[in-house]
Amino acid sequence: MLVHLPILQVIVPLIAAPACLILRRPKLVWLFALLASSLAFIISMLLLQQVMATGTISYELGGWSPPWGIEYRIDKLNAFIALIISGISTVVLLAAQTSIEKEIPKDKQTLFYILYLLSLTGMLGIVTTGDAFNVFVFLEISSLSAYSLIALGKDRRALWASFQYLIMGTIGATFILIGIGLMYQMTGTLNMADLAERLPAVAETRTITTAYVFFIVGVCLKLALFPLHFWLPNAYAYAPSIVTAFFAATSTKVAAYLLIRFTFSIFGISFSFTALPIETMFLVMGLLGIFIASTVAIYQDNIKHVFAYSSVAQVGYMIVGFSLSTPAGLTAMLLHMFNHALMKGALFMALVAIMYRVGSSKITDLQGLGRQMPLTMAAIVVGGLSLIGVPLTVGFVSKWYLVVAAIEKGWWWLAGLVLLGSLLAVIYVWRIVETAYFKAPVLGQQPVKEAPMAILVPVWLLVSANVYFGIDTRLSVEIAASAAKSLFGVVQ
Amino acid sequence: MTMILGLYNYWVVIVLMMIGFYIIIAHGHLIKKIVGLNIFQTSVFIFYISVGKVEGATAPIWQEGIILYSNPLPHVLILTAIVVGIATTALGLALIIRIKEAYGSVDEDEIQTMDNQAMVNQDKEHQ
Repeated sequence: MLVHLPILQVIVPLIAAPACLILRRPKLVWLFALLASSLAFIISMLLLQQVMATGTISYELGGWSPPWGIEYRIDKLNAFIALIISGISTVVLLAAQTSIEKEIPKDKQTLFYILYLLSLTGMLGIVTTGDAFNVFVFLEISSLSAYSLIALGKDRRALWASFQYLIMGTIGATFILIGIGLMYQMTGTLNMADLAERLPAVAETRTITTAYVFFIVGVCLKLALFPLHFWLPNAYAYAPSIVTAFFAATSTKVAAYLLIRFTFSIFGISFSFTALPIETMFLVMGLLGIFIASTVAIYQDNIKHVFAYSSVAQVGYMIVGFSLSTPAGLTAMLLHMFNHALMKGALFMALVAIMYRVGSSKITDLQGLGRQMPLTMAAIVVGGLSLIGVPLTVGFVSKWYLVVAAIEKGWWWLAGLVLLGSLLAVIYVWRIVETAYFKAPVLGQQPVKEAPMAILVPVWLLVSANVYFGIDTRLSVEIAASAAKSLFGVVQ
Repeated sequence: MTMILGLYNYWVVIVLMMIGFYIIIAHGHLIKKIVGLNIFQTSVFIFYISVGKVEGATAPIWQEGIILYSNPLPHVLILTAIVVGIATTALGLALIIRIKEAYGSVDEDEIQTMDNQAMVNQDKEHQ
């Protein structure tokens, strides 16, 4: 049983998804989906433990040995990312039933869970597989279900946002497909480990450079790296709140994982950072992303838009860490992926609570909520502090490692810019806090009650994770640092 | 000459890809966008399939006395990609139907104008 964990990680949610159709009753389906997601979470914990203890696990699908058969390869990096995804998915699902009762029509609720599980399958599949073409297939599984999930939003703009995402996402995925095809043409293999061995021999060709360029552009579209982020804000703002909470915390992490996996493990550092001026490119785009997206976030009227633009800015921080091309920079990036999942998870879950009671996510509708929904607003405050990077929260940990990595490289100015970017976060978080706590409720508006426990519990689980991993950083830093080291060790 | 004739399959791929890409960008009609997306994806399918051809080889079906076969793997891969492409098209068209129901239009610019208008109206309500 333990031997088969890598495939069970993907198969459990994949089989659970159609099985939901048999159950039909939304409550039952919810419990079932929660069970499947928790199982995936437990499996990813076991896998991480196994990888940390004994090193990389290679699983041969159907007993066909790689490079002919498909291989699932679990190392520290993807075990870590799979843990983030399945963990967030499980916590978000806890609140799903309560939230979608208000946001999704009853006859579509079962379908919601099916799509949710399929999306989870896709993301876990991308992360665990060791086969380049398999990545494309899982990418499309997760994307197609994502488009449908977003289209479930109540507002008609959800449809338009979903369509735009569909066009952009398909272009991105097709670019990735072209990249993989060109690599296959030159090496005759699709297995990642095999590709890594055979690529150096043909690395000097224009075909491989082209493959890399196509791949990078495709992934950056999925990653919503500035300036390829246009699909993201509306998709996040108009999707059902619970969907936004899930995607904001996980989907960009998957794209970031792909970027790391292909750049470091497949193309190799010596190729990736010389074929293209990728350090400068990513540094510039990352910094532009941080400053422009944060500034735009300040001027938004919808809190979902504020946090969506903030997500684009946070992707900027990850990419800045990447562009340092040092183990310390990569550690900062991995840490920020973990930490950003926790803080955006907490913030968007708090918005789920607000949407449940208030039914709107406009900043002006927040007036007086500080008193009416104290626990939810407190969660937003802690999540916001984490977003800014205040000590004792996870946000501080990743910013700290990013600043240290920049200084280690002698780039003092970059350390300054990163801190300056945090100041912008102070402004947009403060706008929300100010409205909720210091403005009197609008006259004639019905006072609302605190959110139900079913939503508050997952919100505070994520909030306490923000604080816990902000103080006790042993787990996250140790895994991130050793994953980063092993990625750099591959070529040394 | 070899640049054009010897690599003609790549030229077909590039031309198709650019036509598809152009339609996606230039046309405001949503269904035309989906058609463009299809052409764009098909060019990549052709790229994969033509890459699998081995010169002087036959179709990859086992037969006595034949040593050289074309590579069947790209074909298999593309079968999967075609299925994905169909799913994407179906989903895109379904979305267009719902967009038409909700907005009464399938034109990008008109929908965008309606959305912007809605945004402005909401601001006014709050002032």
